[in-house]
Amino acid sequence: MFDVITFYFFGGLAVVSAILVVTARNAVHSAIFLVTALLATAGIFLQLHAEFLFIVQVILYVGGIMVLFVFVIMLVNLDVAARQTQFNRMWPFALLLALIVSGQIYAVVHYAQKGISDPLFQVVAAPASALEPNSELIGQSLFTQYMLPFEIASIMLLVAMIGAVVMAKRKV
Amino acid sequence: MLSITHYLVLSLALFTIGVIGVVTRRNVIIILMSIELILNAVNINLVAFSRLFGDVSGQVFAIFIITDAAAEAAIGLGIIIAFFRNRETVLADEMDLLKW
Repeated sequence: MFDVITFYFFGGLAVVSAILVVTARNAVHSAIFLVTALLATAGIFLQLHAEFLFIVQVILYVGGIMVLFVFVIMLVNLDVAARQTQFNRMWPFALLLALIVSGQIYAVVHYAQKGISDPLFQVVAAPASALEPNSELIGQSLFTQYMLPFEIASIMLLVAMIGAVVMAKRKV
Repeated sequence: MLSITHYLVLSLALFTIGVIGVVTRRNVIIILMSIELILNAVNINLVAFSRLFGDVSGQVFAIFIITDAAAEAAIGLGIIIAFFRNRETVLADEMDLLKW
C-alpha cells in the first residue's frame, strides 16, 4: 500500500514537472521544474530499492548538472529570447512522433502481457533482499564485471572536460 | 500491487514529453533539458527491470548513463556558450550557418 502511494506521488510529480519543463516560457523556470522532475525520479529509484543510485542522482544530477545549466542560463542573456516565440511549427510532427512511440511501447507491453502468462510481467518478482547491500553489490559489479566500461567512462569524462574547456575559451 | 507495467508507463510518459520538447522548442538550452528528461526515462526502465530480476547490472548501466549525461551537458553547454559569443542567439532555427 505504501509502495503504491509513493509510486503515484513521485510518478505524478515527475510527469507534471516534466510537462512544465517543456511548456515554461522562461528558461530559469524550466530549470527549476527539471530539478523537481529529477528529484521525483530519485524518489522512484528509492522506492525501487536502488539507494546508491538515489544518492548519485541527487548529488550528480541535481547538484552538478543542474548547477551547470543554471550557470549557463545566467551567462547567456535570455531576456530577449524569452519574449520571442517559444515553439516552432513542428508540433503536429511532434504529436505524431509521440503517438507512434507510445503506440509501439504500449503494443509491446500489451502483447507481452497477453501472450506470455509469465509472472514476469505481472508483479515485481524478485524479493527486495536480492539487492540488499546495494552499494556493495554495485561496487563489486562495477569493479569486476564492468571494469573496462568503467575505465572507458573515465576517459570519456576526461575528453569531455578538455573539450568543454577548449570550447569555452575566449580565443579559439 | 505494483507491476512492471506501471514503471514502463511512467517511463513512457517521461520519454514522450522529452521527445515533444526536443522537437518543438526553439531554445537550445531547453532542448538539452528535454534530452536529460529522456535519459531519466531510460534510467527508470533500467532500474525497474533491475528490481524485477534482482540483478544489479541494470543499476550499473544507469550509473553509466548518468556519467554520459554529465559529459553531454558539459559539452553541449560549452557549444552553446561558444555559439552565443559569436551569433548572440540561443534559438535553434537561427543556427543556420551551414545552411546554403
